[in-house]
Amino acid sequence: MKLNKAKGLVAAVAISLALSGCSAGAANTGGTMLEKLGKNEKSLTLLGWPGYAEDGTNDPNTDWVTPFEKETGCQVTFKSYGTSDEALSLFKTGQYDAIAASGDATLRLIAGGYVQPLNTALIPSYAGVYDFLKNRNWNTVDGKSYGVPHGYGANLLMYNTKVVTPAPTSWDVVFDGASKYKGKVTAYDSPIYIADAALYLMNHKPELGIKNPYALDATQLAAATDLLKAQRANVGEYWSDYLKSIQSFETGNSVVGTTWQVIQNSMSAKSNTASILPSEGATGWSDSWMVSSTSKHVNCAYKWLDYIDSPKANAAATEYFGEAPVTNDACQYASKGFCDTYHAGDAAYAAKIWYWTTPISKCLDGRTDTKCTDYAAWTKAWQEIKG
Amino acid sequence: MTKNSAVAGEDFPSTPARRISSYLYKNAKVRLRLLIAAPVFWLGLVYIAALVMLLITAFWTVDEFTGNTKVNWNIDNIVSLFTDPLYTKVTLRTIGIALAVTVVDILLALPIAFFMSKVAGPKLRNILAISVLLPLWASYLVKAYAWRSVLSNTGVLEWILKPLGLQTPGYSLFGAAITLGYMWLPYVILPIYGGLEKVPSNLLEASSDLGAKTFTTVRKVIFPIILPSIIAGSIFAFSLTLGDYITINIVGGPNQMLGNLIYTNVGTANNLPMAAALALIPIGIMFAYLGAVKRTGALNNL
Repeated sequence: MKLNKAKGLVAAVAISLALSGCSAGAANTGGTMLEKLGKNEKSLTLLGWPGYAEDGTNDPNTDWVTPFEKETGCQVTFKSYGTSDEALSLFKTGQYDAIAASGDATLRLIAGGYVQPLNTALIPSYAGVYDFLKNRNWNTVDGKSYGVPHGYGANLLMYNTKVVTPAPTSWDVVFDGASKYKGKVTAYDSPIYIADAALYLMNHKPELGIKNPYALDATQLAAATDLLKAQRANVGEYWSDYLKSIQSFETGNSVVGTTWQVIQNSMSAKSNTASILPSEGATGWSDSWMVSSTSKHVNCAYKWLDYIDSPKANAAATEYFGEAPVTNDACQYASKGFCDTYHAGDAAYAAKIWYWTTPISKCLDGRTDTKCTDYAAWTKAWQEIKG
Repeated sequence: MTKNSAVAGEDFPSTPARRISSYLYKNAKVRLRLLIAAPVFWLGLVYIAALVMLLITAFWTVDEFTGNTKVNWNIDNIVSLFTDPLYTKVTLRTIGIALAVTVVDILLALPIAFFMSKVAGPKLRNILAISVLLPLWASYLVKAYAWRSVLSNTGVLEWILKPLGLQTPGYSLFGAAITLGYMWLPYVILPIYGGLEKVPSNLLEASSDLGAKTFTTVRKVIFPIILPSIIAGSIFAFSLTLGDYITINIVGGPNQMLGNLIYTNVGTANNLPMAAALALIPIGIMFAYLGAVKRTGALNNL
């Protein structure tokens, strides 16, 4: 009996070694840029946030995939993911031709060689995209573009107008002034939220020398961690599911904290909430469509990238999700007031947003005399903050 | 097929299927091995080997650049389980919640199970048994979200407690313990009920005839007999709480348990080795617990 057990163990180890050997060899070089378009391949597999490629299954009136399929003959299969980290592990399998990724995943995809540089000349609608979304450090590396924008938005400050008085204008209300609302403060549940604290410190503690909330050296990260640990004592709950956040504000379990425009739009009038972009600015997201370096359907993928940035499709997609479109022409297809609500094309508003970017050890603010903390360090810090 | 030919098998032509069946009939050992091959395959390869494969990564590391797991034997992860204050703190918190849930569930389950098995008539007993089982048929998430609404500032609990000058515990460790206690209660009631069913009623009568008071009967007669069943129930409540990470997310406020650390290491941190190392903690605790209660015969009552 003992012997058999040992044999089983050896076999298990052998199998696992063999499997890990396979996965270790999967990293590739990143692929080359497409020179010119060829014939459409008839099929396309996409990965994106929920609601990024609707074909009418969820709501018959919400469908921008079918027109694309009719136009190009590329049959679309779509899979959605819940977090940037899940997206990364799914995309690594190599089963997807293109992905809509936020800035906290894009750099990891590029560094891992999972996506290919894009020839934007082959994507006509890219010309209409707002300039402030092009060639940014979450979609462009070494002058090469790896993604075309899908939509963008800011992480706003929501507060209960009855409880939180006077009306806040600063993130101060969830950090240094948070004890006033002890147990009713809420915050986004992800390591990337550390950037919110860093942004606050950047404005209120200039002596720390933070220039970019995603480029923190060890001392700066420690300062942000301390600030969040102090905030933790006042936090009622963290949220990552936006429905949970809506419910918390409606029951009054949360009265102040991070939110998205789409959450504010979903709040009922009697819940007395308002959302603002505080004076310090805010963190936010700008999502990009990227093409897999191993894609067998590159032409269809390019067609999709072109399609999703075209005014009509972009209006439909961003309005459905609740974020700003990437081209001004989209406003004429969206419902009235949509572009104003989401401050589409407002460059001054957009300049106040620090878009999610993966923190890496090479400082994103250009410092070369020190090493910055990477996402792994942020994740560890986040676990310690929650305790 | 006539009756005669069915008895005399030799009348049939020899087909491959028949040859195999007669071979198996003659070779009992082969037959036995084939029969147990399926469960052994399932348990051994699919279950245990998969688990071992996962846990063995605890001794590996993650390549910082590509994010892939790479084979680089070391015990850093295991060491950090004991040296990192975060992990020890969360482990102790998780054990604390699991113990609280287990004790409360046993205290609630004992009278309910006793009433069901010894006091209630057959009809009432059936109704009670169904009532106990009913929540098990509802989805886990539905129950957790129901408690989220009960515990909220505008929920039922607040409405009941306010006139008494009390407050809902809200989304907190206490709220999570209540919810988990509710979730696992049927798993504790059922084994104890089963144990009590086995206690002959005449034993209680004999105890009473010999002059024992109610409490003495419970302590000296009932308790020793149903102890294994109580432990069996405790295994469920304790192990299920140890592994939970969803309830604490929904009603636990900003707090985290071991399950959350494992989950963030797999999902957010992409650190499978650390997750595997953390998963060893509840497994270790359960092995120690099962080892300790093995002698009581509780494992026969699961």
